[in-house]
Amino acid sequence: MINVKGLKKAFGDHEVLCGIDEHIKKGEKVVIIGASGSGKSTFLRCLNLLEQPTGGQILFEDTDITDPKNDINKLRRKMGMVFQQFNLFPHMTVKENITLAPIKLGLMTKEEADKRANSLLERVGLPEKADAYPAQLSGGQQQRIAIARALAMNPDVMLFDEPTSALDPEMVGEVLEIMRELADEGMTMVVVTHEMGFAREVATRVMFMDEGVIAEQGTPDEVFGNPQSPRLKSFLGKVL
Amino acid sequence: MAPAWVLALPEGLQRLCFQFFQVFIYEDRWKFFTDGLATTFIVTIGALVLGVIIGMIVAIIRSSHDSVRGKPNVLLRFFNAICKVYVTVLRGTPLMVQLLIMGFVIMVPKGDFETNLCAIITLGINSGAYVAEIARSGIMSIPAGQMEAGRSLGLNYAQTMRFIIIPQAFKNILPALGNELIALLKETSLVTVIALQDVTKAAQVIVSKTYTATIPYISLALIYLVLVMILTKLLGILERRLRESDKR
Repeated sequence: MINVKGLKKAFGDHEVLCGIDEHIKKGEKVVIIGASGSGKSTFLRCLNLLEQPTGGQILFEDTDITDPKNDINKLRRKMGMVFQQFNLFPHMTVKENITLAPIKLGLMTKEEADKRANSLLERVGLPEKADAYPAQLSGGQQQRIAIARALAMNPDVMLFDEPTSALDPEMVGEVLEIMRELADEGMTMVVVTHEMGFAREVATRVMFMDEGVIAEQGTPDEVFGNPQSPRLKSFLGKVL
Repeated sequence: MAPAWVLALPEGLQRLCFQFFQVFIYEDRWKFFTDGLATTFIVTIGALVLGVIIGMIVAIIRSSHDSVRGKPNVLLRFFNAICKVYVTVLRGTPLMVQLLIMGFVIMVPKGDFETNLCAIITLGINSGAYVAEIARSGIMSIPAGQMEAGRSLGLNYAQTMRFIIIPQAFKNILPALGNELIALLKETSLVTVIALQDVTKAAQVIVSKTYTATIPYISLALIYLVLVMILTKLLGILERRLRESDKR
């Protein structure tokens, strides 16, 4: 589904990603872990071109998204993204947040989008918040709405960029619960997170990033149970 | 002959009443004020619309240019340079001088319509330079995550600007924009230098007809004051309505 070839990204002279080759298959739940500054968020943001790679190729469903000839706006519709800071639109109600893109892009009529929004709100457990504004919601609720907003586009893959890092501890659970359900339904997911429990439980594959490369990867059991590299051992020693 | 109640007043007040009569009532002179006021309105509204359009365009070009990481493309750099020159020149010279140049060098209008147009264009272009900086500050006040969220949903740059960034920016800059509108209204008084009959000119004409300055000029000041107070009130209402989403 996502095929990454020799991906490089540098900010000025500073190389953040130093050549990544990876293939993410349909239905996989890939969790990326690593110390801050290891390039894991940059890698995720390259996947939908929020960061422009400085080298290499990214194929999404066999289309090269780094090729300027391909319309990135079309491709992004199929890649939902959830941000650390939620990034809900504060001037719109919850429902407007969810229906904006499907309506404005001409994918759904207002009625269809409203219906879809209602069922998504049901699914994230917040049907009564349809007419609330983001400022009236807790962080956990906002992040659940942000997930619903991304799902409204019927994406083929969901990218999560540290979705629980900005939350108060008591709200982390509700967001992870939604993500777990999403995983169970077969959604392809790429998740950057510090939640090792979630990684162990939900991931089909765990990647450990270090200094701009994927230093080690495998099933959760392999990575957490039998780490090979000293860097991973020391990282796990600090976070577990 | 003056009514009896006027003659019963003390001398000072009697004189004031007489001047009031001279300034407003005799030969229907109040019409100078209402006609002038109409011109003031037309010029203010025309210049406001023009200024906001120019200002928005300049602000979008400037902020797109500044938000590009690395080197923006040639076209954007070209337009950005033009916008910078525009803002520098228009903010760097007095409006009075700009009016004189437009009125007597560039446009040289003939007749009422052309003179009105000249005033609207000059004030609009002038105001646009200030609105541009106000709007730019508004656009830049919106966190980068908003643009990213919009783009990640598949909206393009223009759609994200239109539906997500600009509505929020507008709300943030409304007080500053209101300030600019008030300044613009008052600055229309300068159009007298290109011989436009606005409300200030009306007062001047009446002063020259009656040889009395007190009542015409104090009235003129009161007219502007009332207009600004009404504007302030309206802006306050608009601001409250836009703030609805901030309620907790």
